Amino acid sequence: MSLKSNLTFGRGLKDGVPIALGYLSVSFAFGMSAASKGFPFWSPCLISLTNFTGTGQFVGVDLIAAKAGLFELAFTLLIINLRYLLMSLSLSQRLAPNVGLGKRLLIAFGNTDEIFAVAMQQEGLLPFRYMGGLIISSFSGWVFGTAIGAGASNLMPAAICSALGIAVYAMFIAIIVPPARKHQPVLRIVLIAITLSSVFFFVPPFHSLSSGWSIIICGAIASAYGAYFYPLRDDDNLSGESEEGGEQNDN
Amino acid sequence: MTTEALLVATAVMALVTYLPRVLPLAIFRRKIQNPFLRSFLLYMPYGILAAMIFPAVFFSTNSWISASFGVLISLVLAWFRRGLLTVAIGGTFAVLIAEWILTLI
Repeated sequence: MSLKSNLTFGRGLKDGVPIALGYLSVSFAFGMSAASKGFPFWSPCLISLTNFTGTGQFVGVDLIAAKAGLFELAFTLLIINLRYLLMSLSLSQRLAPNVGLGKRLLIAFGNTDEIFAVAMQQEGLLPFRYMGGLIISSFSGWVFGTAIGAGASNLMPAAICSALGIAVYAMFIAIIVPPARKHQPVLRIVLIAITLSSVFFFVPPFHSLSSGWSIIICGAIASAYGAYFYPLRDDDNLSGESEEGGEQNDN
Repeated sequence: MTTEALLVATAVMALVTYLPRVLPLAIFRRKIQNPFLRSFLLYMPYGILAAMIFPAVFFSTNSWISASFGVLISLVLAWFRRGLLTVAIGGTFAVLIAEWILTLI
């Protein structure tokens, strides 16, 4: 079977650029926070090179600095990372059939929230070369930002650091709004997930739930609702691209 | 913190990050046929991302006011289908401007 899609390696590299830019700020903050907690320069760099995850790294460094045991470290991070089970399962359904086990092992390392989200936006099956490009440019931004943050922690003005905190969330917004605008079921799923997640965050009895659990529970309930009431056919796709003709025909 | 302790902790972190990412990809090689499960997995990114953004985004900057302004601008840009980079930069600038205005008040 030939896979003549436009999802080339170069396209992957290019699609990874906004992720890398978003990562620069987050990983910069990570490197900075590790350095300020007394970690030697190489340590946050090695963590970014081997982990490649946002929340988990921040929490991990906090726990290590607080002299937590290895079991506590492993257990807490495992809970935070549980969402990757669902994401990887979802991604496994979109990889081209010729992506073998070895390549899957590599792709798995790069299945971050952002890479996953951008990959799932594409139409059709995902070839290895596209995933490779996407992961390489994103990963470079992640490691590079960490090194700068850990090395020169006070170069960036505080105001810019604060503002950059929103960059990754803004990117997520850019990912979910177009399909939510176009597909009623996606809009409902998004609204349900937001409502649940706000309840979990603000209502006291749920507040003790860690954010890792909260995300996976809210996301799963909302998607199960969508799958039950609006099952998709095989050829349905959820991209947010406007129909041919663009904006005018769309409303 | 000794070098050895840091290396062990880093390895533990890497392991519990990689395992949940790799197991489903290594195990589920074939297409899932069950329509409910298929739909669930296709909808899942949106549910998870929505839960990740809200309400956490309001605490991602120095104040919820600047963050709200950033969210508003990001929503508007995303509504008009601007690319990821444009929305990310637009949201960031919105926060910068809002925080600058807040210092004037």
